[in-house]
Amino acid sequence: MSVNTPELAVLDERPERGHALRVAARQFVRNRAAVAGLACLVLICAVTALAPVLAPYDPVKIHLASKLQPPSLLHWFGTDHFGRDVLSRVIYGGRVSLLVGLLVTAFTFVVGVPLGLASGFLGGRIDNIFMRLVDAFLTFPPLLLAVAIVGLLGADVQNVMLALGMVQAPILARLVRGSALSAREEVHVLAARALGAGPFRIAFSNVLRNILSPIIVQLTIVFAAAVVTEAALSFLGLGTQPPQPSWGRDISDARRFLADAPWMFLVPSTAIILCALSLHFMADGLRDWMDPRSRRR
Amino acid sequence: MSLLRVLNLQTHFDTEQGVVRAVDGVTFDVAEGEILGLVGESGSGKSVTALSIMRLVQGRIRADEITFDGMDLLRLDEAAVREIRGAKIGMIFQDPMRSLNPVLTIGRQLTEVLRRHQKMDGAAARRRAVELLDMVGLAMPEKRLSAYPHQLSGGMRQRVMIAIALSCHPKLLIADEATTALDVTIQAQIVELVKQLARDLGTAVIWISHDLGLVAGMCDRVNVMYAGRIVETGSVDELFYRPSHGYTLGLIGSSPRVDGEGGDRLVSIEGMPPDMIEPITLCPFLPRCRVTVADCQRTMPPSRHLGGGHYASCVADLTSHWSGDRA
Repeated sequence: MSVNTPELAVLDERPERGHALRVAARQFVRNRAAVAGLACLVLICAVTALAPVLAPYDPVKIHLASKLQPPSLLHWFGTDHFGRDVLSRVIYGGRVSLLVGLLVTAFTFVVGVPLGLASGFLGGRIDNIFMRLVDAFLTFPPLLLAVAIVGLLGADVQNVMLALGMVQAPILARLVRGSALSAREEVHVLAARALGAGPFRIAFSNVLRNILSPIIVQLTIVFAAAVVTEAALSFLGLGTQPPQPSWGRDISDARRFLADAPWMFLVPSTAIILCALSLHFMADGLRDWMDPRSRRR
Repeated sequence: MSLLRVLNLQTHFDTEQGVVRAVDGVTFDVAEGEILGLVGESGSGKSVTALSIMRLVQGRIRADEITFDGMDLLRLDEAAVREIRGAKIGMIFQDPMRSLNPVLTIGRQLTEVLRRHQKMDGAAARRRAVELLDMVGLAMPEKRLSAYPHQLSGGMRQRVMIAIALSCHPKLLIADEATTALDVTIQAQIVELVKQLARDLGTAVIWISHDLGLVAGMCDRVNVMYAGRIVETGSVDELFYRPSHGYTLGLIGSSPRVDGEGGDRLVSIEGMPPDMIEPITLCPFLPRCRVTVADCQRTMPPSRHLGGGHYASCVADLTSHWSGDRA
């Protein structure tokens, strides 16, 4: 293909500036997996947000007479060992899991990106101090660190989120630093400086904007990891406290009834998998879409 | 009065192995509207000289004087230098494929500079951006504004870089190997474009290149650099017809000539440029020079005035090497 053909094709497609957003949206929509992921996530969020309306039963009300019932028309996903409706618990449990995922991701972003950017971009002593701190955090196995923090601060959901954020932020900071280090050596950084751009403009428009792809990918991993680790911590009894529902909490309870009532285990697990998978798909599409070079026409 | 005066510029880098004297005592002037060539092989300090003037290198920059347009560039604080970069001195780089920010549109990158330095609002900057792209010969300038760098060819990107560099009417344009990464036909177009724009806008140009032919066709005056210093300076004619430094002679001998003069084989310059860490006491080119005389072994050759604006730091008499038709 000649050099000119794709240029002209693209330019004809968007003659004006106002179209840029629409074109971008169209390009995102072309990635089917990403759209499916996004749709799935929206659905999960909507269902959990509307929990009081959609959940057929009270998620914490004990009804021993109907315990460990298999799925039926009355209880679509069966009941647990206290006779509580599994569907209702999964819907309500999603609230905790998604909130944890969202807040941990936000915390990680807000702490990790500036830290890594400052470190990679400024270098020198700041880099040394930040990275030795990060090293200190990274020497502990993440789950153990989270357990230690929660153990220290007390077992509740807020502390779980804080712990997960403190585990994930250094990892992101390290990633951002590495990317920033290589991005700041690009010729366009020198060119921007030669045009009088100040350090902030360069840090944002030449460095940060060019390393968004790995950051986004990492953030989706953080989200998925947060959901899963919250489950793990709740499983260990450190996160959500009974009788409150949470996906991990319920999986933890389900393990004693694996043979008798596998639905207790399968339903919340599927929710976690679905959530993590749609996030990954969406992130994949998002990453391709953020990078103008890989946008499909 | 000259637009830019550089007096005894020294740029040193501290490394594990010692101090690298990348630029070691460079002195030159650029007059308003003049096109000055800076030639030399890789590592001779051409780019570091340019970047030192812009204060864009991390090394230690020292000089007796760097005055640009009446301003002492070494005394200005960082914020003031930023006001000069891009506004009063424009710069274009070797690799147009990589010198534009890949995630921003052409229009965004152009208008950003206009808004910063010329304090234009969005609409005015956009109008001016279209004019500029038109000026550098890009077809359909309005549509190019929304294009991303990867959608343009190398030559087009270099035109965009030129448009950005000239957007604020700088008095000086520094082109650092601006055509090296382009193929030959595009090279010629870019050279012509810069020549014509410099003439039309009255912009002085420092044209950095290792390509003697290009420099000959473009520049008013040429500085030949070797080992971090200027070894010969003069007009294009003086330099090409009466080369007076062993290195210049070697450079000319190693360049192909379009007029097929004599059909001689090209002569390469044997050996490697000197280690820039060791202090240099004799002529830095001595180990590779083909025209050495006894005096070369004694002292560092002083700069000799050879008439007009022609100076060379060489003690050998090269008259016999001047080919008749060139003299």
